[in-house]
Amino acid sequence: MASVKLPGVVASGIARVNFELKSFFGDPAAVVFTLVFPVLLLVVFGSVFTDSEMPGGVSFSQYFTAGMIASGVLYTAFQGLVINLAQERQDGTLKRLGGTPMPKSAFFVGKIGLYAVLYVAQVAILLGIGIALFGLSLPDSAFKWFTFVWISVVSLVAWTLLGVAFSVVPKSSRAASAIVTPIVLVLQFTSGVFFVYNELPEWMQQFAAVFPLKWMSQGMRSVFLPETYETAEVGGGWELPMVALVLGLWALVGLVLALAFFRWTPRGQR
Amino acid sequence: MVKAYGTFKAVDGLNLTVETGQLVALLGPNGAGKTTTIEMLEGYRQRTSGELSVLGVDPGKAGREWRARIGIVLQTASDGSDVSVRFLLSHYAKLYPRSRSVDELIGLVGLGSKADSKVASLSGGQRRRLDVALGIVGRPELLFLDEPTTGFDPEARRDFWGLIKQLHREGTTILLTTHYLAEAEALAERVVVMNHGRVVTDSSLQDLRARAGDMATVRWVGSGGELQEQLTAAPADFVTKLKQEMGHEPVGLTVTRPSLEDVYLELVGEAAVGVSVDG
Repeated sequence: MASVKLPGVVASGIARVNFELKSFFGDPAAVVFTLVFPVLLLVVFGSVFTDSEMPGGVSFSQYFTAGMIASGVLYTAFQGLVINLAQERQDGTLKRLGGTPMPKSAFFVGKIGLYAVLYVAQVAILLGIGIALFGLSLPDSAFKWFTFVWISVVSLVAWTLLGVAFSVVPKSSRAASAIVTPIVLVLQFTSGVFFVYNELPEWMQQFAAVFPLKWMSQGMRSVFLPETYETAEVGGGWELPMVALVLGLWALVGLVLALAFFRWTPRGQR
Repeated sequence: MVKAYGTFKAVDGLNLTVETGQLVALLGPNGAGKTTTIEMLEGYRQRTSGELSVLGVDPGKAGREWRARIGIVLQTASDGSDVSVRFLLSHYAKLYPRSRSVDELIGLVGLGSKADSKVASLSGGQRRRLDVALGIVGRPELLFLDEPTTGFDPEARRDFWGLIKQLHREGTTILLTTHYLAEAEALAERVVVMNHGRVVTDSSLQDLRARAGDMATVRWVGSGGELQEQLTAAPADFVTKLKQEMGHEPVGLTVTRPSLEDVYLELVGEAAVGVSVDG
């Protein structure tokens, strides 16, 4: 019996992605809220600031879309995941999985897969509504689309791993949303999502520059805003290599923290 | 084996060996240390000190191969509520190397009529049977069950016992915790009574019953109308003598032996005194 072959990371990972999707879409209220929330914000902000013009002849909704897409990753892969994991730690999902021969990495693959699908759906809806209501213009070059894709992928991986690691902080699922929501809001306010980044106080800019959301938003602006806006950036340009570096580093930090701190059982049960 | 939380010792010098193929019940009141013990054996909790070997491996350091050989039914679970019974089982089947077929599992735990219902719609007893199905999906050599029938009605409990006995007949080694004496009596060939983190007694049920049968209490109403009581190992002899002495049939005569439950309560009570002395 010693030679029985265990299901590998790929087989278990595929099974996990499949399970995560079915499980998530089994709760229609959560689905609608997750997919519609960023759109709701876009509609509200887009309608309030309809006359605002930004440097380079950019409309606020065009500017806001870039930030909202970046925030979408934060909502689903970080906020959503932290709450989801606290829930799963409480209802016994994680404990049960920890007792199976499933490789730990397959579990992370499942989460990243779920949030990748949600992100794609969220972006598609956001862009569709943006075009229909606010005359949003899509990226006009292959290079911009390429930038869009790699920033999305690295951000998703980074935020998912950070979410996995951070999920050990709240003790219950109720505490989870109370703890994670202010973090998400503060990051959005300081990283140039709700307000224009170059108009923020310098200390706030420096604070936000430590975290990935600011760089994600900046990368997304390079995709959605015209070159004429580039000179209005605080750094004097899009700084894409720096975006890649910071996001990549955060993904690495997330991986290290997730491996070090993630656990199947609730705190105090050891 | 010892498990301490600060100065509180949840498991205090436990010594336990389970042979392959046995069905052993860990019996004790709430707070006796049963769950802490079983979760150390399952690898969820780390022991403070002592030696531990499950299927030849230390659960604290065990790998995936080891987990493929054990099955775990946790004390409480409410996971998977948004998917169907069949989907949840088929998902877990994919995580094990030689799983049971999902249809076989559903039949085994009697959830045929609920196979395509959402897990959230199951009753407490059905949910528990699903938990067992999830515990045995990987054909474990060793199955842990932590208070599997808490909250069951008597009929559901009897059905559930049938399932456990069947698994045992198929060769699965089973360790279950319970605070129901009747459950330990109905299922296990060996009962380990625990209290305050220690084994109070470890014996076959015959031994426990024999202990129960040692002494009997004879009660009757004396000639002055007062209630009389005598503890004796030979009640028949005593009653014969009593009748001769009184010259007539004793009024209100009863002969009682302590039930298994009395023995159990006495054991658990004894242990409580023992621990308070140790401080």
